Amino acid sequence: MKQDATTSEIIEREYRAGFVTDIESENIPAGLSEDVVRLISTKKNEPQWLLDWRLKAYRHWLTMTEPSWQNVHYPPIDYQSIVYYSAPKQAKKGPKSLAEVDPKLLATYEKLGVPLHERARLAGVAVDAVFDSVSVATTFRAKLEEVGVIFCSFSEAVQNHPELVKKWLGSVVPYTDNFFATLNSAVFSDGSFCYIPKGVRCPMELSTYFRINTANTGQFERTLIVAEEGSYVSYLEGCTAPIRDENQLHAAVVELVALDRAQIKYSTVQNWYPGDKNGKGGIYNFVTKRGKCQGQGSKISWTQVETGSAITWKYPSCILQGDDSIGEFYSVAVTNNHQQADTGTKMIHIGKNTRSTIVSKGISAGHGQNTYRGLVKIGKNAENGRNYSQCDSLLVGDKCGAHTFPYIEVLNSSAQMEHEASTSKIGEDQIFYFQQRGISAEDAVSMIVNGFCKEVFKELPMEFAVEAQKLLGVSLEGSVG
Amino acid sequence: MLEVKDLHASVGGNTILRGVNLSVPAGEVHAIMGPNGSGKSTLAHVLAGRPGYEVTKGVVRYKGRDLLAMSPEERAREGVFLAFQYPVEISGVSNVYFLKAAANAIRKHRGQPELDAIDFLALVKEKARVVAIDESLIKRPVNEGFSGGEKKRNEIFQMAVLDPALAILDETDSGLDIDALRIVAAGVNQLRSPERAMVLVTHYQRLLDYIVPDVVHVLLDGRIVRSGGKDLALELEKKGYEWLEAPAGSR
Repeated sequence: MKQDATTSEIIEREYRAGFVTDIESENIPAGLSEDVVRLISTKKNEPQWLLDWRLKAYRHWLTMTEPSWQNVHYPPIDYQSIVYYSAPKQAKKGPKSLAEVDPKLLATYEKLGVPLHERARLAGVAVDAVFDSVSVATTFRAKLEEVGVIFCSFSEAVQNHPELVKKWLGSVVPYTDNFFATLNSAVFSDGSFCYIPKGVRCPMELSTYFRINTANTGQFERTLIVAEEGSYVSYLEGCTAPIRDENQLHAAVVELVALDRAQIKYSTVQNWYPGDKNGKGGIYNFVTKRGKCQGQGSKISWTQVETGSAITWKYPSCILQGDDSIGEFYSVAVTNNHQQADTGTKMIHIGKNTRSTIVSKGISAGHGQNTYRGLVKIGKNAENGRNYSQCDSLLVGDKCGAHTFPYIEVLNSSAQMEHEASTSKIGEDQIFYFQQRGISAEDAVSMIVNGFCKEVFKELPMEFAVEAQKLLGVSLEGSVG
Repeated sequence: MLEVKDLHASVGGNTILRGVNLSVPAGEVHAIMGPNGSGKSTLAHVLAGRPGYEVTKGVVRYKGRDLLAMSPEERAREGVFLAFQYPVEISGVSNVYFLKAAANAIRKHRGQPELDAIDFLALVKEKARVVAIDESLIKRPVNEGFSGGEKKRNEIFQMAVLDPALAILDETDSGLDIDALRIVAAGVNQLRSPERAMVLVTHYQRLLDYIVPDVVHVLLDGRIVRSGGKDLALELEKKGYEWLEAPAGSR
């Protein structure tokens, strides 16, 4: 009766981005070898130095083993069964304008609520859309060029601004960094590039929308953002994928560089396909995100809302090298059904008077396992380094788990560290209290969860915050009662 | 308003209610008294539809409809209000936001337009005076860090805002000092109306000095064993409950 109607509604609403776009794509055969690395580089018409960099990464990767310290469990990944390059077939050189983009691709983004037509865009957000391995469209480019902001796909940056790419690529996440970042360095196919010149406040939010479409494809994109002295940029990242029974690998790298007094605000709403109720399918999200506050008084702020992926493994970090620099990390991570997340941050204090703030909110429902893992390191020259960390966990039901692993290393006695942690549970008595006042159980959970996440949501740009709240509601539907 | 017939209910396999009969017309205040473990709170929770309370037999009609067939939130939207003996704390959700969601869920159910923030705040300010609740409490998370008395006052405040047809007050007097009791009772008295029925569940006669009931029922071993006027409460105060104990073997 009534109960059934709601249940079926919930199932229908479960993952709205789970459709497949029927579009002809150009794939290379599955598997990884030096030839594949060369092939990707050739397809992208890359300069020799970049191919050499990729090959160094590939050779280094062969000597590495997959990390096993994280608190997630999954069957071994067969790296030879993955397709490392897939691109929607279209004009050889890539579209010059939106008019040249395949209408099916535009329709895909339309359906996801990311319209690429500049006319129809929400005012003030420029979008770079990445479909499988390549960037299909970047909007508002001309307007950004007026103030000198470069915002384009990574491939275009390699062609048009090689000196910038060469200077900064790998400067924050070297190709030797870790298993997944090294793999990415060898095979990355596209991504976004963003350069804010000295003293420029970027006039609009920049946004990249990642979409995995083709089956058995890994997505390995790279984002590089450089903010010159005194500049400011706010960057948004969104992700979705179709519903598929097989797991798909996503191993991205994001590098941020902030020079003197520059500020970068990086926000993510990650909604990769999480797998079904029984844990079948879903994206393996192994991502390396790191920002370097290289200049004096610079600031990098990460805000993430992680609701998707079967497995999330990511630690957006800040290297606080410049004196008086500031690092921030605000995170909401949700695990429902059989999702697993091991996420957190690293704040590496090197310069004097550096400050960092960590606010992590983990929500576990169903059989979800949620781990916060964070490192705060105060180097021996980091006089007056300060950190404030707050890690809160919220449990919905009694089959889920929350784990917290804070690591603290202090080598300078003038440091001030604060750490707060809490675990709470949405109890049946709380739900009943809401119901007795006329509020349904679903709304009750959503109100409690939104209250729990308030501190993080307020860091998100307005439209994103609304999106995140809705997403959270959908992710947790059916988790009570 | 409320008709309870031969109601049997159990909690965790233990039978608590063993045939309750009760009729509360609109405009009346009925007190249900009884010793610990007699089933008073169970009755209150069964009427509100708390999960885990299993009705094994009997009928409950509310405004002529089958109350037991309704979900807890449906009952609330139809005007059943339970003032909890132990109101839970809900961190992160402010009292006023919580109440607005509740009020609008009820209004929506009745086909009324939802109140916007400004109209709602005006309503809240007006009702806050009923129980002399401090405005700072309204903005704080629901019941979080409230004293026992503040929690009880908050329940009556919520009742004033939600304007129920049937109000069930579960041990609202417990844990209140005499001043708080007076304030809460005054609030309840202001909410007495010809359209509203109230059921006061209480252990002590003390509350009834301030809220004078139309009828007093004595609940013993899951059954109402005696009903009478307000004098019955005074008699209980003097004699205790033993003299009403059902003779052994009749259970």
